[in-house]
Amino acid sequence: MPLNLAPNIPDPDGFYDELLAQFEGLSDEDAEALKSRLILILANHIGDRATLTDAFAAAKAR
Amino acid sequence: MVAPRYETVKTLYPYAAVAAQTAPAQRHPVVVVGGGPVGLALALDLGQRGTPVLLLDDHEGPGLGSKAICFAKRTLDIAHRLGAAGPMLKKGVVWNVGRVFHGDGQVFEFDLLPEDGHRHPAFINLQQPCFEEYLHAAITCAQKAGAPIEIRGRNRVTGLTDHDNHVSLDVDTPDGAYTVEADYLIACDGARSPIRNHLGLSFDGRVFEDNFLIADVRMTADFPTERWFWFQPPFEHAGQSALLHKQPDDVWRIDFQLGWDIDRDLELDPDRIRTRVDAMLSSQTGTVPDYELVWTSIYTFQCRRMKSFRQGRTFFAGDSAHQVSPFGARGANSGVQDAENLAWKLDLVLKGDAPDALLDTYCREREYAADENILNSSRATDFMTPKSKASTSFRDAVLELAGRHAFARPLVNSGRLSAPCVYDGLPGFGPDALDGPAATRPGAACPDAQMGNRYLLDQITGGFQIITIGDVSVGPDAPCAVLSITDVSPSLRARFLGDAPTAVYLLRPDQHIIGRWPTWDGAAITAALASSKGKQCR
Ligand SMILES: Cc1cc2nc3c(=O)[nH]c(=O)nc-3n(C[C@H](O)[C@H](O)[C@H](O)COP(=O)(O)OP(=O)(O)OC[C@H]3O[C@@H](n4cnc5c(N)ncnc54)[C@H](O)[C@@H]3O)c2cc1C
Repeated sequence: MPLNLAPNIPDPDGFYDELLAQFEGLSDEDAEALKSRLILILANHIGDRATLTDAFAAAKAR
Repeated sequence: MVAPRYETVKTLYPYAAVAAQTAPAQRHPVVVVGGGPVGLALALDLGQRGTPVLLLDDHEGPGLGSKAICFAKRTLDIAHRLGAAGPMLKKGVVWNVGRVFHGDGQVFEFDLLPEDGHRHPAFINLQQPCFEEYLHAAITCAQKAGAPIEIRGRNRVTGLTDHDNHVSLDVDTPDGAYTVEADYLIACDGARSPIRNHLGLSFDGRVFEDNFLIADVRMTADFPTERWFWFQPPFEHAGQSALLHKQPDDVWRIDFQLGWDIDRDLELDPDRIRTRVDAMLSSQTGTVPDYELVWTSIYTFQCRRMKSFRQGRTFFAGDSAHQVSPFGARGANSGVQDAENLAWKLDLVLKGDAPDALLDTYCREREYAADENILNSSRATDFMTPKSKASTSFRDAVLELAGRHAFARPLVNSGRLSAPCVYDGLPGFGPDALDGPAATRPGAACPDAQMGNRYLLDQITGGFQIITIGDVSVGPDAPCAVLSITDVSPSLRARFLGDAPTAVYLLRPDQHIIGRWPTWDGAAITAALASSKGKQCR
């Protein structure tokens, strides 16, 4: 499963809104914890190790 | 004069003057220095193969105090082959239920139901001095049956000289010094290895900036035989993590991970230790059971290994060659695997049946294994002691999610139990001509399996071994012993055949799989065996 970097989320504005809403009112620490949980849950859903490695690289590249 | 460096539990090999002390230096094929678990296992294995071995130790029995308690299945398989496993299994504690806590709450529990088709459990808990005593008892038995093993207690190696064709050792005894010569010297002299120091060899790696308080407590109260592990224990002064584990004789091992900047004397104050232990033992029931502190000490741990496990005619095995943190119980367990890897190779080389180059495969394989052990042990330590804000956040997230979702449980790492290294891709293994299960690929230690009411590993000889499974017609050109199995149990099928109808496996004397084929191929098997002995055949 190659890493998909093309648009893939239907309703991008709705998704982004929902994402931000999760963090509303959280302290920095709680936000950090939430991000960590979210990354782990999403990573497990993807599962494929090569895809995850590609995702790390894509996130790191700047 | 050989003053003791530590107290011993009991005397197993008392000093006795031998004629060699007053005679010209005598040459021995193999001298093993150090009678810890590794030196004892090596001497026993060599002696049973008929290669004479002299073991020197500067004490007269196992040291007192808390060391290894967890012995893994592969170690038990090896001890079984050496005839030492019976009393270990009889005395050792088997546990199945483990609980993981984070602060006040339980994250999850697991039940390690024994996998069927194995003679031995995944591991047993047994005090290291007992393990050593049982190995020694097996040596005594082997000696009676004629095995050429000699142990000299209170013989301390104080210096050595590497000549081209042998090594000479300066040995001190209560009656003064003498010299011993060895064709091959095996340093099983522990993490502080005097032999490594005499040779000026480095021992580099990573020091974990952490102190572990180890307390062994005896309690006869009714307390569950379970393993309890806390991340961030909620008890006062309990440190970053804590572990409770059962040993034989109503003794429990308790570890507290205290951190780096501590006052050792303060932490060893019995009242302070009792406060923590009280809190731990009562945490699930609310009441403090009666107990007695048997032993307390503070350890620091390192992960490091020698660059090369061989220096001329000297080999290093066990803690002298590599050290790991205790999570995963990889110290003694991997050291015993070093011993079994080296024993058959030394035996073949000394008997003239293999070139000296075979001994280099010991280094290649066991250095590779040490790297794997260090990697596992470092990863466990990094999970238990996160080194940054980000790693703390992920660690806590894993623990929190593990309470609710199964997916996060495999990420929780409080030590991955020692399993034998698979020598993937190393010279002397292959071919893998069978489309078979991954667990039995070339390089792996042969797993056990059920055979009627017996076990597979009991049926193999201790030399090179062919195993045919299913309806295979064995040719007249078998280069070593053949075990033909036609009645294939489910565990045997799952572990050795997978979807293949038949299979032929070739094993080394240490039970590692050299190669495998779908059907008989005498020429290929013979070539693989020669290559495994270090001969240039292919
Ligand atoms: C708290 C703790 C918990 C542990 N838990 C586990 C566990 O659960 N499972 C596990 O597998 N491992 C565990 N280990 C590691 C294990 O104890 C060691 O890996 C093991 O003892 C190594 O065995 P060895 O034979 O290489 O060396 P050692 O046991 O250190 O033996 C070396 C021997 O050499 C002798 N010697 C030294 N110098 C000389 C000399 N100059 N002349 C003659 N003799 C000499 C010594 O007296 C000693 O008898 C633990 C260690 C500690 C400290």
